[in-house]
Amino acid sequence: MATEDIPPPLHDIPTAKEKKYDRQLRLWGASGQIALEETHVLLINNGPGVTGVETLKNLVLPGIGQFTILDPTLVSEADLGVNFFLDDASLGKFRAAETVKLLMELNPTVQGHAISEPLETFIAQEKPFARYNLILAAAPIEPAILATIQRRAQELQIPTFTIHSTGFFSAFSALLPPAFPIVDTHPDSTATTDLRLLLPWPELVQFANEMTAGLEEGKMTAQEKAHIPWVCLILRYLEKWKETHAGKVPETYKEKTEFRSLVRSGDPHEENFDEACAAVLKSLNPPTPSSSVREILSAPETSSLDATSPAFWFIAHAIHLFYTQHKQLPLPGAVPDMKAQSADYIKLQNIYKTKARQDCAEVLESVRKLEKSTGRSPKMAVDEKDVENFCKGAAHIHLVRGRPLQIAGLEEGQPAKFGDRATTMAMELTTPDSLIGLHIAFLAWDEYIATHRSSAKSAGGELPKVPGSGPGDFEADTEKMTGIAHKIVDSLIKEAGTFIEDPEYSEVKENVGKFCMELVRAGGGELHNIASLTGGLVAQEVIKVITRQYIPVDNTCLFDGVASRSQVLRV
Amino acid sequence: MAAAQQPEAAVRTTNGPSDTDTASKRWKYAHTLLSRPGAYTDEDFEPGAIPIGNIAQSHVLVIGAGGLGCEILKNLALSGFKKIDVIDMDTIDVSNLNRQFLFREKDVGRPKAEVAAEFVMKRVPGCMITPFVGKIQDKDEEYYMQFQIVICGLDSIEARRWINATLVGMVDMDNPDSLKPLVDGGTEGFKGQSRVVFPTMTSCIECQLDMHAPRAAVPLCTLATIPRQPQHCIEWAHIIKWEEERKDTALDTDDPEHITWLYQKALSRAKDFNISGVTYSMTQGVVKNIIPAIASTNAVIAASCCNEAFKIATSSAPFLGNPGQNNYMLYTGDSGIYTYTFEHQKKDDCPVCGNLPKDMTLNAEQTLGELVESFAERPESQLKKPNLRTEEKTLYYSTPMGLEEATRPNLEKKLSEMLADGEEFAVSDPAFDITFRYVARFS
Ligand SMILES: [Zn+2]
Repeated sequence: MATEDIPPPLHDIPTAKEKKYDRQLRLWGASGQIALEETHVLLINNGPGVTGVETLKNLVLPGIGQFTILDPTLVSEADLGVNFFLDDASLGKFRAAETVKLLMELNPTVQGHAISEPLETFIAQEKPFARYNLILAAAPIEPAILATIQRRAQELQIPTFTIHSTGFFSAFSALLPPAFPIVDTHPDSTATTDLRLLLPWPELVQFANEMTAGLEEGKMTAQEKAHIPWVCLILRYLEKWKETHAGKVPETYKEKTEFRSLVRSGDPHEENFDEACAAVLKSLNPPTPSSSVREILSAPETSSLDATSPAFWFIAHAIHLFYTQHKQLPLPGAVPDMKAQSADYIKLQNIYKTKARQDCAEVLESVRKLEKSTGRSPKMAVDEKDVENFCKGAAHIHLVRGRPLQIAGLEEGQPAKFGDRATTMAMELTTPDSLIGLHIAFLAWDEYIATHRSSAKSAGGELPKVPGSGPGDFEADTEKMTGIAHKIVDSLIKEAGTFIEDPEYSEVKENVGKFCMELVRAGGGELHNIASLTGGLVAQEVIKVITRQYIPVDNTCLFDGVASRSQVLRV
Repeated sequence: MAAAQQPEAAVRTTNGPSDTDTASKRWKYAHTLLSRPGAYTDEDFEPGAIPIGNIAQSHVLVIGAGGLGCEILKNLALSGFKKIDVIDMDTIDVSNLNRQFLFREKDVGRPKAEVAAEFVMKRVPGCMITPFVGKIQDKDEEYYMQFQIVICGLDSIEARRWINATLVGMVDMDNPDSLKPLVDGGTEGFKGQSRVVFPTMTSCIECQLDMHAPRAAVPLCTLATIPRQPQHCIEWAHIIKWEEERKDTALDTDDPEHITWLYQKALSRAKDFNISGVTYSMTQGVVKNIIPAIASTNAVIAASCCNEAFKIATSSAPFLGNPGQNNYMLYTGDSGIYTYTFEHQKKDDCPVCGNLPKDMTLNAEQTLGELVESFAERPESQLKKPNLRTEEKTLYYSTPMGLEEATRPNLEKKLSEMLADGEEFAVSDPAFDITFRYVARFS
């Protein structure tokens, strides 16, 4: 075998850990994995508690650092029919400890802890959440306690998810810090191509001229002509176009199609001309930053830096300066594959890479100046690598403005408020197929719980009564909950200062009533499939928040297992 | 619906939970729901014993015991299904452990179907799971006839197409039991889909094939002479260099020595051309065509499939795939959470469930060889070893070898010599029991 001539690069052979996590490392990389392994998640479990446990399963498998389950209940027979991480031997024991034991079997590197203390006393401690990086809280939870959880989490800026899962339906909300920026959003590779063909810099122009010299005079061999990178073809024909169009580039759709014909006239068949023609419409747009990027560049955090501002805002400020001066964002520097000779393509890649490095160096210099002018300690110096990543992904950075949770039933007789979202949510009421009705039904469910007590006692004292949980409750509770939900609908319409006429108004109420009936039908029970599906969704969002990669839900996700669809609402 | 048949054996007739019965206590949540009418159920839905009995009586086949399969088995067992079969030919690899949660490090090397069945049966007493270690093609119609629902959690399009064609072929209009709903799930990274097919009644997997277009292959000449990307160097090592230097060894993509060899060859070629970025991980990814996979997406898609199976078996809520209704849920989780649920339309010219030939626009100057090659990349066909014939004559056969030799000279001929404008021709592939019918339309 002819392997002797190359020394085996042993250091590149994947480690046992890389092998085990191979399929996920391809999504969030080593940095995402480290973030995951440094995280300690707390699950505050209530009710049947299956969704929270399924969420943990999907976090233990990819290797979260630690998890803790807070759950004072004892394992019942009903738990065994719906929770996979309990077995017959668990019956009558503490559910937290039993679940932790079976979850830990999934991944020997993960640490699990169980707390069987009642939530009321746990939450009353000095700093109950100090050890945790993320909190999951499963319904039902008394509104006053949920408000305390929220306050405690906000004090420490700990991302928190609240979860509902009842029968065929589920919902979860994310409580994120007021500013939650993401640099590594993993946009589609087709969306990221930014080649600056309308504003080429001298090195690129020169390369395009070299590559296309003699093209129109027919002084090229067919072989040479067929290997001109399409980027150079477009640049060459743009020059030609400008000669007959008063120095202007094609702007309208019509002009662009005419320009495409001009490119096509260069050759009817060659693949590189095909590629150039196919790229005309996409690559002749002036590079304007998205509204999301503009929002970040003009955010108050960007303009009012101080010595302790997070690195993200320092870089954002520097990018803003760059944008103000150059009227464009730093060049990302990536070049898509295209028909070309190897050496020419590598040259082209280097031209883009060099320009990207120059842009990045300019941003870095600004960052350093800003650090000086704000008196930032050198120990807190912004990492050069972060500046580089920010510049590469500048067109796709994203900012989530975390919102407080909408807590129903806090004040007796007061329907949940929608505040600044009232107008938009009132419009959702009459939007076909909107799941706002399901959201309102869950608010009504919470309000019912706030005002009803169960006769059964538990280790944690009195338990809230869940709608439909008694054998003869179905009709009466459906009526009660629907009544509460209809009040929320009316209150929302009033808050929005709008009016919905019949028959639409009756349809809205009927629609909400159906969701209420289905939630009562389950009697507070979880269906394993919906719990498992929702556990998948929540775990995915937790991973996005922990790794600060991809874009998390903002802020409430609803799943309808009858119609098999989801919707995200910002409430 | 055909799937919601009455249970054969007598079932308990208690209407809802009874405190004295352990089984009833254990299934309290599902039984409470099934014992009450729903807001979206049909008028003739009878809550209680019938749906509860149907769940226990339905015999379900699960194809695949990997990332989706493990989840599906757990979900079915905890939905109250008691008779399950599972087919998988694979053994457990260490890279499965980040999501295939029924397997432990000690199980590496054992058959997936066996380990998964054992685990779920131990955890959920009363659930009977029968594993079969082998290929779905090893089983015949008689075997498939015993199930009420088939759920697929596969990463192979080929196997999906085979079971789809088989289930469509089994439908006998005089025997409602021959109609087996096919629930199918698939994932790739943060994306996935779940869909339900009622064979012959609704759009089938073959009708939907063009939703999953194959990736265009890199031209051989690029690999051979003008590589530009690290992937080109890896493909060169994989397709060209291995043939040149190690022709007598069958490439085993699970053998680290083989991957290391390809990696080294690719690395040195990349160096020659000043290309950066070849890594071991990328080599493995390209050669094995690795698709990223995570526990959370598998959980979402598997649970969606089982939720549909639960609704089909119990009629407790409308399900995907009811003729005229939505039958497909697309899921995307990388930017927020987005689902698109819609009705994919059945195609009259579907080679499996339709009866019309499909028009194909052809260039008369093209050779038959070029046409033959195109079938691998045509989104609607994706055939790697196509056999082509008209009613009168054989155009080209990829297999068996004798026929291939006999028909090979035709590959050089122009289409205009082989086909008449408007003539029908048939394309098949020994991998599937499917014949594509086309009508040649010269442009
Ligand atoms: Zn079909």
